[in-house]
Amino acid sequence: MIRFDYQRPDATAEAVAAGRGEHAAYLAGGTNLVDLMKENVARPLQVVDINRLPLKAIEARENGGLRLGALASNADTAYHEEVQARYPLLASAILAGASPQLRNAATNGGNLNQRTRCYYFYDTDTPCNKRNPGEGCGAIGGVNRIHAILGASDQCIATHPSDMCVALAALEAEVQVSGPDGDRTIPFADYHRLPGDEPWRDNTLRPGELVTAIDLPAEGFASNCTYLKLRDRLSYAFALVSVAVAMKLEDGEIAEARVALGGVAHKPWRVPEAEQLLRGERPGEDAFRAVAEALLKGAVGQGENDFKIGLARRAIVRALAQAAAGTPQSQTDKRIA
Amino acid sequence: MNTATKIGIGSALSRVDGADKVTGRAKYAAEYKVDDLLYGVAVCAKIAKGKILSIDEADARAVPGVVDVISHLNRPKQAWLDRNWKDELSIPGEPFKAFHDETVMFAGQPVALVVADTFEAARFAASLIDIRYEEEPHNIDFAASLDEKFMPSHLKRRNNYHPPKNRGHAQQAYDDAPVKVAADYHLAPEHHNPMEMHASTVEWHGDGKITVYDKVQGSQGPQAYLASAFGLGKKNVRVVNAFVGGGFGSGLRPQWQVQLAVMGAIHLEQSVRVVMTRQQMFTHAHRPECTYSVRLGAEPDGKLSAMMHDATTSTSRFENNMEDIVIWGMMAYDCPNASGEYAIAPRDTYTSADMRAPGAATGMTLFEIAMDEMAYAAGVDPLDFRLRNYSEVDAMNGTPYTSKALREAYQEGAARFGWDKRSAAPRSMKEGRELVGYGMATGMWDAMFSKTAARATLSADGKLEVASASSDIGTGTYTVMVQVAADTLGLSPDRITATLGDSDLPEAPVEGGSWGAASTGAAVQLACQSVAKKLLSAAGKLDGDPFHGVNGIEGLEFADGAMIRRDNPDVRASLTDVMAAAGLDKIEVEETAGPGIGDMISMARKSRNTHSAVFCEVRVDEELNQVRVTRVVNAVAAGRIINPKTARSQILGGVVMGIGMALHEETFADTTLGRWMNHNFAEYHVPAHADIHDIDVIFVDEPDPEVTPLGVKGLGEIGIVGTAAAVANAIYHATGKRVRSLPITIDKLLDAPAD
Repeated sequence: MIRFDYQRPDATAEAVAAGRGEHAAYLAGGTNLVDLMKENVARPLQVVDINRLPLKAIEARENGGLRLGALASNADTAYHEEVQARYPLLASAILAGASPQLRNAATNGGNLNQRTRCYYFYDTDTPCNKRNPGEGCGAIGGVNRIHAILGASDQCIATHPSDMCVALAALEAEVQVSGPDGDRTIPFADYHRLPGDEPWRDNTLRPGELVTAIDLPAEGFASNCTYLKLRDRLSYAFALVSVAVAMKLEDGEIAEARVALGGVAHKPWRVPEAEQLLRGERPGEDAFRAVAEALLKGAVGQGENDFKIGLARRAIVRALAQAAAGTPQSQTDKRIA
Repeated sequence: MNTATKIGIGSALSRVDGADKVTGRAKYAAEYKVDDLLYGVAVCAKIAKGKILSIDEADARAVPGVVDVISHLNRPKQAWLDRNWKDELSIPGEPFKAFHDETVMFAGQPVALVVADTFEAARFAASLIDIRYEEEPHNIDFAASLDEKFMPSHLKRRNNYHPPKNRGHAQQAYDDAPVKVAADYHLAPEHHNPMEMHASTVEWHGDGKITVYDKVQGSQGPQAYLASAFGLGKKNVRVVNAFVGGGFGSGLRPQWQVQLAVMGAIHLEQSVRVVMTRQQMFTHAHRPECTYSVRLGAEPDGKLSAMMHDATTSTSRFENNMEDIVIWGMMAYDCPNASGEYAIAPRDTYTSADMRAPGAATGMTLFEIAMDEMAYAAGVDPLDFRLRNYSEVDAMNGTPYTSKALREAYQEGAARFGWDKRSAAPRSMKEGRELVGYGMATGMWDAMFSKTAARATLSADGKLEVASASSDIGTGTYTVMVQVAADTLGLSPDRITATLGDSDLPEAPVEGGSWGAASTGAAVQLACQSVAKKLLSAAGKLDGDPFHGVNGIEGLEFADGAMIRRDNPDVRASLTDVMAAAGLDKIEVEETAGPGIGDMISMARKSRNTHSAVFCEVRVDEELNQVRVTRVVNAVAAGRIINPKTARSQILGGVVMGIGMALHEETFADTTLGRWMNHNFAEYHVPAHADIHDIDVIFVDEPDPEVTPLGVKGLGEIGIVGTAAAVANAIYHATGKRVRSLPITIDKLLDAPAD
């Protein structure tokens, strides 16, 4: 392991001051960072352990929303009464990911900042533009059945692996960050980014910025939502394709629908025009298929992952049907409903 | 007689080593505390083929705590001749010799070992080693390697390879057959990945002797191998493998970490430990990739008239690994015309290796998918189809079996499963959004018996130790030894200690091939019978000589710690009393069980196999194509069952691994870079709990006094054989989609056309 400085501040301001260096990394649950350090992929010279910061709370906001502390564990969040009752989509997405042990350790802030699971990113004996800018991309033309079909660039076809973030994108959460230049709020859609020609940048955090909380708006779409995840085994695998749907029905018509895709791009994938297609429509397969087409407009496979386009189309239709029927996908049933 | 409570052969005894394992008392290779231990971390080649031009070690050596960097440039003396590198299960070719010279033959080949006084320093320093290579063109693409496939000449074949024996006129019969099936099948490469990573702790005693705590499936084979390869002399090498955290065949041959650890210890004259990382577990043994072309011909009533088999499996460029792929179907089914072809295709990886039911898990499985296709083509129920072509004898060799209760396995398995509720047509059963399918397959494996010795030591206090250099790779050997001893001498299991996994113990082979229970069990029984004989003569010293006239131990019953006259059960004496009367501190005997001349003749005249009938229910989401294996019934005919509890566990594990073979396990090759890419447990998938539902194991009655002394056939492999075919066949029945390439991942199923 590369020798690094280790600090464990008690206050957020202190942490941000310590984390401003070019080679600094914030350590929370460590479920991804420590792996990456073991693999020699992450080589921070200053590790700022933020586990003592007062960011564990899950509390109501004045606007009726809910604030999720960045250091609340994924498990505590998913099983929190308010989250279960008002944001079942978020609870479901969290429980679709990883394993109970990992969810106990992993934090909300860390979940946002986990890195891709691209094989090449993890193998330092192979080229990767995300790990080593300018080195080339091994996955393009390589082993890429888990890679992106949307929003990829000629430098990187990695996907963001989070389940939780797909739900947060659909819920239109906001990310609270604290940095050297003060605090700011980042709308979830702007938090993660596409690889473009800077694939090493997963998100729009500025140097030294620290996620302190995730704010959920008052509307949780509790009655009509689902998180449907398709993967190579029925648990403990990253999504090949996942779909978060949040829907509002009024008199049998769809008043609002949001659809976010996971496992298909460098960030949770939403297309507002596609969602607009459902406004005022009655739930039905034709309408859902049109949404799928619009969501997947421009999707391209890399060879081994071509199947994801067809799979995503089917998953979107199913997920919309589940949400509309008020029968969300169970994450404990060992089956797809 | 008071034998109702006797625990012995047939009792569902819990693992005697279970508590040690779950409390951490059981020590594995990397857990032994050794004085002045140094830690070695391997540096692995990033290229797939070529030569090392230079190794820049300066930065690594500058790391505090680093003791040395060992590579081909400064390694200790190794045997030059390949024959000095033979291990117990050597494969013809040039065995891999780490650091032998500058040649790189596969990606991930260990090319240097950084040794330091802490693991952390060694690990960090290893990351600083800068190696320059001259790359050469390589190929790890199996399809491309088929251009170079070949059949090794006789002397260069594995000695346990069984060439197919053709019969009749297969091509002609196939051409003439009214019903035909022809298809190509494929199995992806798989890496064994036992839970415990390969590890070696080499203890340097300073007097020329070393003790090697190794993760390996035998102790005496590696002892001879290390002594020979490094010129140490066999007396100076002791190998201990008391606990092995799974093997599945990856530890049948010593792996490279033990070479590195021994070289480190010799070079530095100090104890050294080397542990592979999970990523490095993908740099050695793996199940070969396979392509298998099957042509079947049948009469309209489903009677097979022709079978033609042609398979190729992958190996390395330096060793000819071969498997018995095509013979299983030729042995299993009555079909007058049969032919088999087999070849191996070399590529630039490490040599492929035996992995749970090597050959059969691949060949029988893929062939059983073809059999399913023929059943549909002939319009016959898949189970009826197999019964119609049932062979009472080994159809390839023309020899009878010592026993074959497969018919009973079919019947009991089908009844338990409810096979009669299956509707014949594919895609005809549905529940909710899920298509439901039933599939079945036959499994087959060898029943082997291998020369094994055991020692039994009965102490004056009535405690018994049984010992053998056999291994327990999680299979239950400790428990088998205790049970057989308890059965033979009528002692309570808690009075018996089993010792194994040490090259100092009585001779035993590497554990594999499902011969462990039959062989070690037979040796323990012989040794305990010898103890019994000595007890009988010692009993002459008892007051009144109550056992006078008993003619051999057949006249005795051993139970409750006592010996009892069979002709007069009121006459009994505790073993401790017998020993006390004779003034004995202990009785110690060593016996060797092995095939005698009679067995040899029987082996030539009769075939010895386990069989199974696997029934499987799958549910496949009609739109999304996500597969669930909701029920498996595996009915096994494997002779006498020593312990129904551990036996069931063996089969459960085999079935789970078979489900993995059907749906999950696959190592992905980047053919440009020449390396495996999904080398971690996040991306190399084995079944998770959510993938496993009901598994029901049946052992059918199959008395077989001829197969081995205990009538035991072994269970390590049979559970996996055929399971993946049953899953694949159930998926076809559910969906009408025939996927001929395992694993059946969602992408393959989506793309497959429905019949």
